[in-house]
Amino acid sequence: MPSERELRRRVRSIKNIQQVTRAMQLVAASKMRRAQAAVLASRPYEERLRTVLNDLAPYADPETSPLLARREVRRVGIILVTTDRGLVGPMNVNLIRATLRFAQQQPAASYVAVGRKGINQLRRLRVPVTAEFPGIPDRPTSTDTNVIARVAVEEFVTGKVDELYLAFTRFVNTLRQEPTIRRLLPFVPEDEDVDNLPPLQYLFEPDPETVLNEVIPRLIEVAVFQTILESKASAFSAQMVAMRNATDAAGDLIDDLTLAANKARQSRITKEMLEIASGAEALGKG
Amino acid sequence: MPLHLEVITPERKVYEEDVDMVVAPASEGYVGILPHHAPLFTTLGPGEFRVKRGGVEEILAVFGGFMDVRADRVVVLTDAAEHAEDIDATRAQEARDRAQQVLAAGPASAADEQRARAELQRALVRLRVSESRRRRR
Repeated sequence: MPSERELRRRVRSIKNIQQVTRAMQLVAASKMRRAQAAVLASRPYEERLRTVLNDLAPYADPETSPLLARREVRRVGIILVTTDRGLVGPMNVNLIRATLRFAQQQPAASYVAVGRKGINQLRRLRVPVTAEFPGIPDRPTSTDTNVIARVAVEEFVTGKVDELYLAFTRFVNTLRQEPTIRRLLPFVPEDEDVDNLPPLQYLFEPDPETVLNEVIPRLIEVAVFQTILESKASAFSAQMVAMRNATDAAGDLIDDLTLAANKARQSRITKEMLEIASGAEALGKG
Repeated sequence: MPLHLEVITPERKVYEEDVDMVVAPASEGYVGILPHHAPLFTTLGPGEFRVKRGGVEEILAVFGGFMDVRADRVVVLTDAAEHAEDIDATRAQEARDRAQQVLAAGPASAADEQRARAELQRALVRLRVSESRRRRR
């Protein structure tokens, strides 16, 4: 049993830890609110663009749109989006595990790594990494993310990879974030029944090809941007929750240790009383 | 039948209302859209985007993107959109002058030149939009 003084000292030290985790919790909470608002605000754009492309893609000729080209899959490219720093609970670990499991089912895989956690992990595993993007700012702009899109699309267009996937942590709510793997290229419309298409009912300005060749690259940029926003919102949510758990755990520990210290104090006093009493008794007898 | 208009940028939904008519800066020139328009999909240039709603005209500046038109709805996906009243004309003027100076001085690289040209174009659109709003009052 640790001494009373030892217990008091540990209570003090854990209180200091609690102060730190509480501060980190508050910082994460405010970043989380901003990141969540950003991800929710930008979702409609991506969803709309996806719907539009779904409507248009059947009318496109894969020969002229390299981004629609379907090839036999010999190698897939995976854009893995992790955080730069830890303290986000099991978020990165879960995502990396899900990604590697997915990659095992593919003939071969190479990676574009976003975020230091993923970069380091992939290096350790000695898997092929085409590009690394550490240090994406907390409030990313499309300028920050378009570079990533460009590198990944280049891989696809030059035929180094035959399919391109995004692996990221999708933001559901503050308590829930899901590892998600989604195909980015080639873009395949949901409605595969190309033979039964109604004749082209759309007017295109300037013409279908030009329009598609602008929409698809744009969708890819936006999808990557959206992915980064999802990851940021997930990361700050996970971080906030992790720090809140740490603060709560510290509180529990403080309670337990304070109780133990008080018990130790009480038993010390009882012992002293007994000693005095028995001392007095011994004197009285003598 | 009203026309349901949505203007969406990657950052947020800028506008969502039932309107009577829109005039948009399509890549091939300005197009006016009334309800029951034939399905149309077009790229947008930077320019003035006018919305008529209940006898009132609202003006937005849009900067590139796409417009998807169906009989009863119009969806505008643009890189950026601003309400005319939110535009700071002084700042746009400064931006225009800055960009013009860069172009006049001979930009250091092709990327710089491109950036300056884009900046100039955005500034000019902002100025035109904020001016046509002022004339109207």
